Amino acid sequence: MKENVLEKLTTHFKDSILATSEYRGELTIVVKKQDIVRICQFLCSNEELRFDSLRDLCGVDYYRPEDRFEVVYNLYSLKNKFRLRLKVRVDEADLHVPSVTGVWSTANWHEREAYDMYGIIFDGHPDLRRMYMPEEFEYYPLRKDFPLMGIPGSLSLPKK
Amino acid sequence: MGLEFTKDSFLITRVDEIIKWARKNSLWPMPMGISCCAIEMMAFAGPRFDVSRFGSEAFRFSPRQSDLMIVAGTVTYKMAHVVRKIYDQMPDPKWVIAMGACTSSGGMYRSYPVVQGIDLFVPVDVYVAGCPPRPDNLLKGLMEIQKKIERGEKPGQREKVYVAESTMV
Repeated sequence: MKENVLEKLTTHFKDSILATSEYRGELTIVVKKQDIVRICQFLCSNEELRFDSLRDLCGVDYYRPEDRFEVVYNLYSLKNKFRLRLKVRVDEADLHVPSVTGVWSTANWHEREAYDMYGIIFDGHPDLRRMYMPEEFEYYPLRKDFPLMGIPGSLSLPKK
Repeated sequence: MGLEFTKDSFLITRVDEIIKWARKNSLWPMPMGISCCAIEMMAFAGPRFDVSRFGSEAFRFSPRQSDLMIVAGTVTYKMAHVVRKIYDQMPDPKWVIAMGACTSSGGMYRSYPVVQGIDLFVPVDVYVAGCPPRPDNLLKGLMEIQKKIERGEKPGQREKVYVAESTMV
């Protein structure tokens, strides 16, 4: 199955794949940001592969000068009982990533969460609002440069 | 409570005293069950610990009908506004129990979204220790509220009561 996925992806998206790695039977593929929707569409709708389930989507902050953030897509093929991990690198200067809500609608809330926690903007998302923090909150709390106890006065409390 | 019996089976007391006695034995809790402490709060209401022995078995899910708010769980900044609103909707006189470590001090959640103690935005009468407190410990907290009513403490001049963790195993 692994070879099949790699072969199909390399034939169709040769220029979009930046890196591939394997650890304990888990296949990870880093792809170009602008091609993520096309690749997801292909993986989801291809008759043989059928990655019809987006199990998780999350952001990561590596806190490094280049490509500071990553968005990780964990896919699962119910037909083949196979898991695949896709990664997209996001630079701090350009926090826009195309949304995959058109491929799997479950991505909706996951992308909202990644936006809320890291400030990654998903272009084409139908309703990109904060998920956990209040609407008026101005920071992104899961970024490595955000203090654990928060920023004093940034969250309001009711009057006593 | 200053009872006086006469020969004709009359009972003489003061209105204040009888009202206090009635209030004390019919505290209707508003179960503000926000997280895991709510499970222990349910046990406190259930048959084993049986809060109806103290007249508080009528849990009201409407703040208009309750006079004791049991805040049971982690209060986030987002939830704090809801807790305060519900507290404001309760008719006077009203009392508040902060149940468990999270509610009293933020507990193990020493982080940005959690309010480090609900006394930052509502007046608290009794703090119950534990993570979560045992139901019998919450009963102790309820009895402390009853004592407060008996003493006739007025809002704003209430003494804070701390219930230590239960040693019963």
